[in-house]
Amino acid sequence: MAARIGVVTFPGSLDDRDAARAVRLAGGEPVPLWHADADLHGVDAVVLPGGFSYGDYLRCGAIARFAPVMDLVIGGANRGLPVLGICNGFQVLCESHLLPGALIRNERRRFVCRDQRLRVESAGTVWTSSYALGDEIVIPIKNGEGGYVADASTVDMLEAEGRVVVRYLDGNPNGSYRNIAGIANAAGNVVGLMPHPEHAVESLTGPGTDGLGFFTSILSRLVGAA
Amino acid sequence: MWPHDQGEHVARVVVDVMLKPEILDPQGQAILGALPRLGFDGVTSVRQGKHFELEVADGTAEETVRTIAETLLANPVIEDFTVRGA
Amino acid sequence: MGIDTVERAAATPDEPQPYAELGLKDDEYARIREVLGRRPTSAELTMYSVMWSEHCSYKSSKVHLRQFGEKAPATDALLVGMGENAGVVDIGQGWAVTFKIESHNHPSYVEPYQGAATGVGGIVRDIMSMGARPVAVLDPLRFGPADAPDTHRVLPGVVAGIGGYGNCLGLPNVGGEVVFDPTYAGNPLVNALCVGVLRRDRIKLAHASGVGNQVILFGAKTGRDGIGGVSVLASATFDAASADGAGPSKRPSVQVGDPFAEKVLIECCLELFERDIVVGIQDLGGAGLSCATSELASAGDGGMTVDLDRVHLREASMAPEEILASESQERMCAVVAPSHVEEFLAVCARWDVTARVIGEVTSTGRLVVTWRGETVVDVPPRTVAHEGPVYHRPVERPSTQDSLIADDPARLPRPSTPDELRHTLLRMVASPNLCDRSWVTDQYDRYVQGNTVLAQPEDAGVIRISEETRLGVAVATDGNGRYCRLDPYAGAQLALAEAYRNVAVTGARPLAVTDCLNFGSPEDPAVMWQFERAVTGLADGCRALGTPVTGGNVSFYNSTGDTAILPTPVVGVLGVIDDVSRRTPMGFSTATTLILLGDTRDEFGGSEWAWTVHGHLGGRPPAVDLDRERLLAEILVSAAADGLLAAAHDLSDGGLAQALVESCLRGGAGARIALPPGADPFVWLFAESAGRAVVALPPAAEARFTDLCTTRGLPWTKIGTADPASDALDIAASFTIPLADLRVAWTATLPALFET
Repeated sequence: MAARIGVVTFPGSLDDRDAARAVRLAGGEPVPLWHADADLHGVDAVVLPGGFSYGDYLRCGAIARFAPVMDLVIGGANRGLPVLGICNGFQVLCESHLLPGALIRNERRRFVCRDQRLRVESAGTVWTSSYALGDEIVIPIKNGEGGYVADASTVDMLEAEGRVVVRYLDGNPNGSYRNIAGIANAAGNVVGLMPHPEHAVESLTGPGTDGLGFFTSILSRLVGAA
Repeated sequence: MWPHDQGEHVARVVVDVMLKPEILDPQGQAILGALPRLGFDGVTSVRQGKHFELEVADGTAEETVRTIAETLLANPVIEDFTVRGA
Repeated sequence: MGIDTVERAAATPDEPQPYAELGLKDDEYARIREVLGRRPTSAELTMYSVMWSEHCSYKSSKVHLRQFGEKAPATDALLVGMGENAGVVDIGQGWAVTFKIESHNHPSYVEPYQGAATGVGGIVRDIMSMGARPVAVLDPLRFGPADAPDTHRVLPGVVAGIGGYGNCLGLPNVGGEVVFDPTYAGNPLVNALCVGVLRRDRIKLAHASGVGNQVILFGAKTGRDGIGGVSVLASATFDAASADGAGPSKRPSVQVGDPFAEKVLIECCLELFERDIVVGIQDLGGAGLSCATSELASAGDGGMTVDLDRVHLREASMAPEEILASESQERMCAVVAPSHVEEFLAVCARWDVTARVIGEVTSTGRLVVTWRGETVVDVPPRTVAHEGPVYHRPVERPSTQDSLIADDPARLPRPSTPDELRHTLLRMVASPNLCDRSWVTDQYDRYVQGNTVLAQPEDAGVIRISEETRLGVAVATDGNGRYCRLDPYAGAQLALAEAYRNVAVTGARPLAVTDCLNFGSPEDPAVMWQFERAVTGLADGCRALGTPVTGGNVSFYNSTGDTAILPTPVVGVLGVIDDVSRRTPMGFSTATTLILLGDTRDEFGGSEWAWTVHGHLGGRPPAVDLDRERLLAEILVSAAADGLLAAAHDLSDGGLAQALVESCLRGGAGARIALPPGADPFVWLFAESAGRAVVALPPAAEARFTDLCTTRGLPWTKIGTADPASDALDIAASFTIPLADLRVAWTATLPALFET
């Protein structure tokens, strides 16, 4: 029986179907989760997908963070439920304080969509265990508010505790501190990243399949635990 | 308690939100860069923020508005806010 | 002064009305009075003035556009032709694709971000109203000179607006163009194309049929956006005084868009279509509610009642004229059976979309609109929507045309030494019209929906429709104002041929056409001559190629003072590919033999070389041979299906040199080129002869492919090899340029101009 991965749809979510496809291609069963339903339907993990939830009104992710489904996601995450936040999903995780820091407007003030080289800085999270530390991968980024910021002590802590998950190579596309592209919580079950692994799961429609690892990691973890 | 200027049952409060001084403000910088092109040379800094005007029930405590501000209107990780009666 | 009701209008026949200020001519006003048997009410006058404007009624272009229908080639693939919101084509396996291109030129000059953004919003709603899920957008853009201050004002705003709106909707941007020319300095052209997908048995039309069916207005609330925008703005040319930036007087008429509202509207509509509870649907674009109600009523059973009090307003103080003319964005109008109304409203509520029943379909043959209990509109809807004025504008070939053609570019000094050729090539690839467009296109999301197989800078956008069968479509847009100035008939055919070729070169079979015709003032006989010639050329061309026009748009009044823009018909072609994994990309990345297909001639009229190096526009555009284009396309499509091609790229602006540079930089492989003995290098490198493509063949496929060409009678010339071990473009016995140098020249231009 395939592991069940929930994918949340907020009003304005865009990459929910693509995240579901990635789960499917990795061998899992995607389960749609509606923002207004306080029900996780017994899923084994949750993905908060990319997009412009609530049109990015007020701040990216600021309103989505209060959706009924998020009460369960936050509660679950604090008890070890694996949660992956992609782009807008990362913004929601920061607004929810499941992850430290915040995402601000790109330094160049322009939306940027490009194939980005990244280095895997941590293979110790449930979402990155399929990779090897130091792997260099290519995954599309597409964002206008992707600059990761946090105060110096927070950033130092993230580095010291090995909680930087992926880092930008060959140029920082948005001004993120220390070229940080994605981070994890202390327990390693919650990961947020700006790049879109769900767009690098088929050679036909992406720059390659380097993104599949995020989804195979969680599945192998869940299957292993079953 | 807030002074009310219109009507008996409603008060107007203003919440101003600004990025913390240490946070990069690319939009403010873009505005600063544009001013000389328009002929204004004496501006040395521009920071962009948000201004919220709320109409609240008369008798609403200041603490309540501050909670609204820090829970939703501002992100305390990167923003500071001020609250005042309008 | 009370409400101007129908009753009051009948009782006060001589009351003066500001019809001229609203853009109506004396004879048009007289006709309205004749149709109604009395003077129109103020609200009726509003409806007629916006609906009879050039933008909505096509009054100057109808007589010529008829050719698209009259000369339409017979094809089984066409499910919905001209006259509906968009054309629909059958692509097989039960799938249908709808696509259309539109312009939003004048608003983008006034307010670049919102003008471009609402242009995207408008065309996406047209596609939605056919019952389709929008799946891709393309944007052909034309601006004044790249280094002009006003271009610096307009271009970044337009690009940010397209990205800001399209990205938020979740639509991948997969193609388009960016063209710079002084002619567009006061008149940028912002054309937007949208492609949508649906099951062929679920097509929706904009018909209000079924007496008693309810009319529901849903989406954003109605405000004062864009009031008068359509007739006032689109038909007003800009005079020289405001050429450096439109003054505040033009601003209030521009619409403001909210892409989030449209995104939830898309999802809401798709759920409504899925539940099959929509009888007819129309989007609200230019002329807002006036247009939606009159068109729905006119195309249906002929009658409708509407109560304006039921319209959700942003400002309670809006007058009926304002409600009818409002161009507030993100609104749709649906016709729903009474038994389905509750379900319809519940779906809207789930998506937080405002919705309300505002009227009903009747059998009276009249469109009756009430407000505050009074009848303010009572008209035959056909006279508003489909029986507007038809003009036969004077057409006159300009006296300057002959001398323009006689000004042959053959007399211009040409580069001949290897150094001169090398220098010319570097100068060309760095020129604004040939350089890398990433600065623009990286601001667009190309990945969302996960079905983008090819996107710019590839020759066409290719979208996968079915994950199971890998069925897909390809779309390309092209246009060339310079060619059309020299010969509008041939120029229109060249635009069609180029878009057709761009689709075929990726391996897709071209099926149908949409067009956006951007011209100067129809009151100028020289412009009408250009228009008539271009439409005739396009109609004849579509017949010859077997690809019918399914719909499109006309944008007139693109002039500054008396100076019209270069006539710029933009043509979009859509094709189908049975297996997207067999598509042909453009980059050279493996060791291959390079073959040039077609004939190269010494023809430089309207070319990038003549313009960039000599500022010259004269002579004749490249010769058109549509039979050759058909043959070339057939071979490219069948070779792709057989997996013979490693890469292919069509030749157009900048000729063979530009194509080689683009393919080498795209794929990373260098190339060694040896032109045929006796070939004039200048002509072979820079002429823009049509009907050509360069293909890269793996050694195993070479003989089979060239035999195919020989058998079918397609001329082919081996011109060299691509080699990933080489890091240069080498033209034998002439010059060599390292790819690194080419990349620097090609990529530096737009960032240097627009990066702040």
